[in-house]
Amino acid sequence: MFDLLTLQQYWWFLVSVIGALFVFMTFVQGGQTLLYTLGQTEDERDLLVNSLGRKWELSFTMLVMFGGALFAAFPLFYAVSFGGAYYVWMAILFCFIIQAVAYEYRKKPDNLYGERFYEIFLYINGSLGIFLIGVALGTLFTGGNFVVNDLHLSHWTVQSYGLEALLNPFNVVFGLMLVFLARVQGALYFFNNVAENSITSRIKKVVLTNFILFLVLFLFVVGYILFANGYRYDPSTGVVSVERMKFLHSFMDMPVLLAALLAGVASLLYGVYIGIVKQARKAIWFTGIGTIVTVTVVMLILGWDNSVYYPSLADLQSSLTIVNSSGSHYTLSVMSVVSLLVPVVLLYIFFVWRSMDKTQMTIDEVKSDSHHY
Amino acid sequence: MEHADLLVDWSRAQFALTALYHWLFVPLTLGLTFIVAIMETMYVKSGDEKWKKITKYWMGLLAINFAIGLATGIIMEFEFGTNWSNYSWIVGDIFGAPLAIEGLMAFFMESTFFAVMFFGWNKVSKKMHLLSTWLVAIGSNLSALWILVANGWMQHPTGMSFNPDTTRNEMANFWEVLFNPNAVSKFLHTVSSGYVLASLFVIGISAWYLLKKRDIEFAKKSILVASSFGLLTSMYLITTGDESAHQVALNQPMKLAAMEGLYKGEKRAGIVAVGALNPAKELGDDKETFLFKFEIPNALSVLGYHKLDAYVPGMDDLVNGNKEQGIVSVKEKMQKGKLAIKALADYKKYKKANDSSHAEEALKTFKTYEKYMGYGYLKKPQDALPDVALTFYSFHTMVGLGFWFLLLFVLVLYYTMKDSIESKKWLQYAALFTIPLGYVAQEAGWITAEVGRQPWAIQDLLPVGMATSSVATSSVMITFWLFAVLFTALLLAEIKIMLKQIKIGPEGH
Ligand code: HDD
Ligand code: HEM
Ligand code: HEM
Repeated sequence: MFDLLTLQQYWWFLVSVIGALFVFMTFVQGGQTLLYTLGQTEDERDLLVNSLGRKWELSFTMLVMFGGALFAAFPLFYAVSFGGAYYVWMAILFCFIIQAVAYEYRKKPDNLYGERFYEIFLYINGSLGIFLIGVALGTLFTGGNFVVNDLHLSHWTVQSYGLEALLNPFNVVFGLMLVFLARVQGALYFFNNVAENSITSRIKKVVLTNFILFLVLFLFVVGYILFANGYRYDPSTGVVSVERMKFLHSFMDMPVLLAALLAGVASLLYGVYIGIVKQARKAIWFTGIGTIVTVTVVMLILGWDNSVYYPSLADLQSSLTIVNSSGSHYTLSVMSVVSLLVPVVLLYIFFVWRSMDKTQMTIDEVKSDSHHY
Repeated sequence: MEHADLLVDWSRAQFALTALYHWLFVPLTLGLTFIVAIMETMYVKSGDEKWKKITKYWMGLLAINFAIGLATGIIMEFEFGTNWSNYSWIVGDIFGAPLAIEGLMAFFMESTFFAVMFFGWNKVSKKMHLLSTWLVAIGSNLSALWILVANGWMQHPTGMSFNPDTTRNEMANFWEVLFNPNAVSKFLHTVSSGYVLASLFVIGISAWYLLKKRDIEFAKKSILVASSFGLLTSMYLITTGDESAHQVALNQPMKLAAMEGLYKGEKRAGIVAVGALNPAKELGDDKETFLFKFEIPNALSVLGYHKLDAYVPGMDDLVNGNKEQGIVSVKEKMQKGKLAIKALADYKKYKKANDSSHAEEALKTFKTYEKYMGYGYLKKPQDALPDVALTFYSFHTMVGLGFWFLLLFVLVLYYTMKDSIESKKWLQYAALFTIPLGYVAQEAGWITAEVGRQPWAIQDLLPVGMATSSVATSSVMITFWLFAVLFTALLLAEIKIMLKQIKIGPEGH
């Protein structure tokens, strides 16, 4: 029904949105790094953990979904990046294995390693885990050392299997930026979700410092994206070439994306503003929507407009584009029909979330609940 | 070559390790979610607070198990990329779809309603809560559906065609992938095995309370639910197991032969109920296959092919060929496969040089031998053979235990109905010690299915040697050991926490 290119663009859009939703959900991870900053007594920390505990599975599942969507829609990326930047992806996975058990086991009697141990797990997941994901996403701009042969089979050309990405300052900045964003969002989430004054009175300062750090890094990233070299392919031959200020050109070709980016950033700023000044419960909704829109735009600019979304540093012509790395026309069509379920899923998540979060959480509530983390 | 073999072995070992760990937790989730849903239904219907307490108790154990199930599951998904990257390209166009659908349709449902199930008792209405519990059960079973569709496709690839330009298999018919008979029987058999395991778990723990003479009423109520559920599902399990064997016979004759230790094909083949393989036996020699055996005559022909005098090919026939039965030898398939591989390379070469007439010709040659391409990657005919001992013993362990579980459910239900289960200490002990056996049967089932499929990652189409990522063997070794240490550490914590919760008991909640 739709031509292949349309489907490829549609699927890049979906992957971008899912990626952006995941970045939004990292408020869970950000919150995990703030347990000792915001919670000074054991009761307070328990409250924070339980507040995040209602949401962690969704963030986890969003990551799983991001992987699944990439696999189905852009299998060559799955093969090239995961199989090549092996250590980075494995390190990310390890950071997520430990998250899943930490919530459930932290407070259980006889948990073998003690409460602090699981709290360290949560901290590692929240900091290192998000940082590494940022580094991996950064390589979509800076590239990876891979070669794809005539049979479309790929290999990595350096023995560090992905760890070399840590040497690139842009990747590192990108990773740190996500960490600080997650912490801003985590703090704002607590504004929204918990009702203990002792905790909320500490939030303002946390939001402010982390936001300033985020902003500095963010400006660097935006500057780099706009003015650095990018890669473009010729749609008729598929040949890839370097282009100065490629992404700036793409924004000029697609002014809608530029407008969306500005709106996203504005929403983010407004959210932070009402969070700091008015301690508004709804601050997270503005920063959240801002994050989702901004990240979506950044991803779209990578995939659309004849762009290369995963440049190869080893062999330019091996670089991945949404055209040369996607699933077949038939599979993308089938999956597009399946994607009609996305709004249904978002709707029930929204509904459940609202009915669970009608009232803010208190220490007493956590204590009296028969099942708690 | 040496390096390549080592890499494959470590990649397989890592996949086996992580899958076997994941599977320690999944079957309990599959079954226990249903059992608690049934219990909660009893509560909502009767309004009896006792049922609520029972429900909440088993839910607590479920939560402990669920967390580690998620932790081990995320690895599996990404491992297709990290360790089987050629595989991800060569079959990703078909294989990725069920995985993505699984996330969208099943995992979100589970993780969203999971939060309501655990934390929503005081936040949503009774009915809404019950609905959430059922949705978690349905969600977890839906996730099993899609992953098993993917796995069923690996055992018996259907609904696709090879595209020489992209050098990969592409989906041609989604419904053929979904309704692949192998996937259907696999799904039914596997989820029912989860129900059986969860029933054994509930009965075993309840039996421990009876042995300790505490929480008697709670234990008896739990046993009643679990043994009825277990009896029904274990009968179903054996039926679907039979259908699984039928599917194996149709599509994977080599696996069937290995499962039964059958070297020489025969009509009216029997099934070895109990036996010990002769370790000295090798393909093509005349040594006895078994040191001793107790055989049920004709059963294999009947089970495998649903016909009394069906011919069941043995491993000798399948490797060396059998003219009489029209079986082509592996050697011949390998030759044809090599022709296909060469023709494909030629096609690519001519295509690049814009030589369309030669390209066309090469493509024609390729099409002739395409079907055997996978065999072209094998190094010697014996490579087509899986590990016979492992396949044989795990299959027999699973089947034997399956009948024991059925018997156990019958006994437990019978004495529960007569209300004398409390005094049957021997039965309580038997139930308690059967819990680990449930796990043994589970893992044995997967070993049968997956080891028996070797050397194929995708049956007849893609051998494991071609499927790996090209990373250094040392990196896979490192991650293998990291997984082994971390998973074991987490498993120990899980078991310890679980035991403590059982000791605390339903009243402690
Ligand atoms: C409680 C666990 C359990 C029990 C008691 C049984 N099974 Fe099973 N079986 C499984 C748990 C399982 C499993 C773990 O779910 C497997 C692994 C892969 C699969 O599809 O299901 C399996 C696989 C499996 C296979 C291989 C399918 C394949 O290779 O694709 C066959 C032929 C059977 N089973 C047959 C049986 C028979 C005839 C049983 C008779 C009692 C039986 N199983 C009991
Ligand atoms: C190699 C194959 C497998 C992959 C890639 C895989 C992937 C996953 C992932 C990513 C999760 C976490 C889900 C979440 O975020 O909510 C998970 C959990 C789960 N998986 Fe698997 N899985 C595999 C094998 C299986 C099999 C064979 C079954 C069932 C027959 C199964 C059933 C489940 C269930 C029910 C859960 C959720 C509950 C729990 O973990 O206890 N998985 N799996
Ligand atoms: C969770 C239950 C499962 C268990 C316990 C399990 C077990 C195993 C084992 C023991 C091996 C190694 C076989 C060998 O190397 O001799 C293996 C390999 C493999 N399995 Fe499974 N498996 C499970 C589910 C699945 C599912 C659902 C899929 C696919 C959707 C799958 C895909 C694979 C792949 C790709 C390999 C590696 C290549 C190969 O050896 O064929 N497994 N598995």
